[in-house]
Amino acid sequence: MNGQADHQADAIAAVAEEAAAATGHDRHRLLDMLLAIQERCRWIPPAAVERLAASLGLTPVFIRGVASFYSFLSLEPKGKVIIRLCDDIIDRHAGLDAVLAAVTDELGISAGETTADGAVSLEVTPCIGLCDQAPAAMVNDIVLTSLTPETARHAARHLKAGKPLHDLVSPHFAGLTPQQRVHAQVASNIRAPGAVLLGEVPREAGLRRAATMEPRAIIAAIIASGLRGCGGAGFATGRKWEMAAREEASRRVVICNADEGEPGTFKDRVLLTERPHLLFEGMTIAARAIGAAEGILYLRGEYVYLRDHLEAVLAERRAAGLLGHAILGCGGFDFDIRLQLGAGAYVCGEEGALISSCEGLRGEPKTRPPFPVQRGYLGFPTVVNNVETLCHAARILDLGPDWYFAMGTAGSHGTKLFSVSGDCRAPGVYELPYGITVGELLALAGAEDAAAVQVGGPSGVMIGRDSFHRRLGFDDLATGGAIIVFNGSRNILEIVDYYLAFFVHESCGYCTPCRVGNVFLRQAIAKFRHGHASAEDVEELRTLSATIIETSRCGLGTTSPNPVLSTLSHFPLVYAAVTRPAQDGQQASFDIQSAIETARGIARRRSFVYDRDFSQ
Amino acid sequence: MTDKDFTFTIDGASVTAQPGQTIMEAADAAGIYIPRLCDHEGLRHQGSCRVCTVKAAGRSVAACTQPAAPGLVVESETPHIQAMRKSLVEMLFHEGNHICPVCEASGNCELQAMAYRLGMVEPTKLPYLEPTRPVDASHPGIALDTNRCISCGRCIRASEDVDHKGVFGYCGRGIHRRITVNGEDLAHTDAAVSDHAISGGVCPVGCIIVKRVGFRLPIGARAFDRQIIGEAIEEKRR
Repeated sequence: MNGQADHQADAIAAVAEEAAAATGHDRHRLLDMLLAIQERCRWIPPAAVERLAASLGLTPVFIRGVASFYSFLSLEPKGKVIIRLCDDIIDRHAGLDAVLAAVTDELGISAGETTADGAVSLEVTPCIGLCDQAPAAMVNDIVLTSLTPETARHAARHLKAGKPLHDLVSPHFAGLTPQQRVHAQVASNIRAPGAVLLGEVPREAGLRRAATMEPRAIIAAIIASGLRGCGGAGFATGRKWEMAAREEASRRVVICNADEGEPGTFKDRVLLTERPHLLFEGMTIAARAIGAAEGILYLRGEYVYLRDHLEAVLAERRAAGLLGHAILGCGGFDFDIRLQLGAGAYVCGEEGALISSCEGLRGEPKTRPPFPVQRGYLGFPTVVNNVETLCHAARILDLGPDWYFAMGTAGSHGTKLFSVSGDCRAPGVYELPYGITVGELLALAGAEDAAAVQVGGPSGVMIGRDSFHRRLGFDDLATGGAIIVFNGSRNILEIVDYYLAFFVHESCGYCTPCRVGNVFLRQAIAKFRHGHASAEDVEELRTLSATIIETSRCGLGTTSPNPVLSTLSHFPLVYAAVTRPAQDGQQASFDIQSAIETARGIARRRSFVYDRDFSQ
Repeated sequence: MTDKDFTFTIDGASVTAQPGQTIMEAADAAGIYIPRLCDHEGLRHQGSCRVCTVKAAGRSVAACTQPAAPGLVVESETPHIQAMRKSLVEMLFHEGNHICPVCEASGNCELQAMAYRLGMVEPTKLPYLEPTRPVDASHPGIALDTNRCISCGRCIRASEDVDHKGVFGYCGRGIHRRITVNGEDLAHTDAAVSDHAISGGVCPVGCIIVKRVGFRLPIGARAFDRQIIGEAIEEKRR
């Protein structure tokens, strides 16, 4: 028996050693090693932790700390197949309950459990970037979309029987190209191609132009175009590049942030599927502009199904001389890109956390200053740009800053991709000039009965009909592009509760206000949902929200109370309707019966004072 | 004052700083106490408890990690900031099980002392999370009750950087983020009572407890029974 256990531990250690060797025992690639072990063993066994620690000169507790940070890494055994149903609010509205019921019924397990034979684990996970085809699920390295109870049951039966996973996508999966495999799983749903990204795009035109330009001139062009970051924060892209270029350094790094995790956002998924060459072109231009030889594409773990497709595109570009040494024949223009897969952590979309993750650390934001453009990845000046931003940059180099600057509004130039989902007839991606009103976009998407719209995802704002005239852009309603539509039948407080639960789940836990404050904020909202809140509780919500916003360390905490604050200001009647005055100075939430329940259990008798039927 | 030194103000008082100093380092040297829990003398700054939040040029920042700058205007003891600090301390109290009357650290506890300093003297409106993590008493000389941990990470930094051991680490994410040890329990680590992380007064609360010395110093004669937290720094100014 012992011999068998030893043999197993040896086999696991060999897997760990192979994973470490694949990166040249580079401890900064710890996440890659853990993902490889997870894929092979279906968990991170203690023997693997021990071996990695010994092999890399790290402590086991450090490695467990990293592994326990990411939702898709497990320190407990999991099934050969893990079904992760997306439980975003949009999936719930689209029938998640019935889908989940069918799967639990078929497998005989609930969410969070593994079948007795170790074949299948069932989990739920926050938004996987498929809100336009909800309900959706990840199953190991594939995704299933537009699920119905019937299709979900069929998939569960198929997996329970141990049949090949990829047959669920296509019986001819092995014969498909990587891009065909992606298209067999996910529809891109491009509803409105625009002038910059989703219309006709010539290959490499921007890069060819950039290769003839001085780095300084490239940066000047991006500054003149007015391009601002498309991930949500809207920092001026050219200024960011200029700052990184100005730092004294031996190495510089370009990172593309493809950790699109904001619930309701999926535009980068479409760019990664349909315009991967344009993205890599943009990264290569950024590299030339700042003098970087290294690039990283940080791909969110939920988009693992895009990995082979993107690797194939990178290989094609290397073969064509568009990556590697002397790009396009220009001596000294050297640049290559590695793909870093994430592992289920929304906070890694924050640039410091993303860099931590690339460095093999827990995905926690870094202390600023220094900023990434000063000291980022491994301490070198690093530009982190969103997928869409880099695609725009490539087009600007091709057609010129004036062309780009002329589109949009005074403070927001060019076009923007909007991910529209929820209660509308045409969910999908819309490329439109900045400055369009919410109402115009809703009309395009067939959302005539929209009653509330979440602009920019949970960290953005929720607006009502009286604000549909407002314009999308940095001058008015800034957004990373998520437009989530709710009709009049949806419960606003349920949505707020869901979004707070999301932030609680995704907080890294580093700082007190975000780690603890969001838990209490969610409990405070529960009070309203249960009808136990008084007018004073509205003030409590505001005070707690303000403390979280003012004292949190990164953008997650400084935006997490937005679902509460924006609904308080745009939907005050929702709160007023469930608020009642406190009676006799008592808190309505105080329930003497539940308060003394524990004591009754300990004393094993009823209360003389509070149990009316004490005689019984 | 050398020619590279510069001055800035905290609540109107002029403070001298050297290039590279944080707001808190300069304030400490000037005898101005800014409340803090995760920061500790001799350890790397972490900036996680946020109790040292100040307004620098109108922006909220952590004084322990934010560099001082010439002419910077810092607000610290305003009613608004003090209320936020108190709120953060309340959160920590409600996150864990901080029952001072039965805790060996009472009187030496920085969390308790900070609550007194910030005027947390009445019941709060927050619910209690009441964690029920098992106590680790496996080690012959040390006990670990993480239900009292405030996630300050001082033990991690002390063990890594001073003891060069790495006995402690963070595990989990979000509200589940906890201190954990480099082994199946504390007995299976190379932790020793003599470690700086254990006996150096590093743990601010009653999470790391050295066995067999409990109550050697009676309640009433302990550090914060004699003076308010921060007074040692403020005395420099008098």
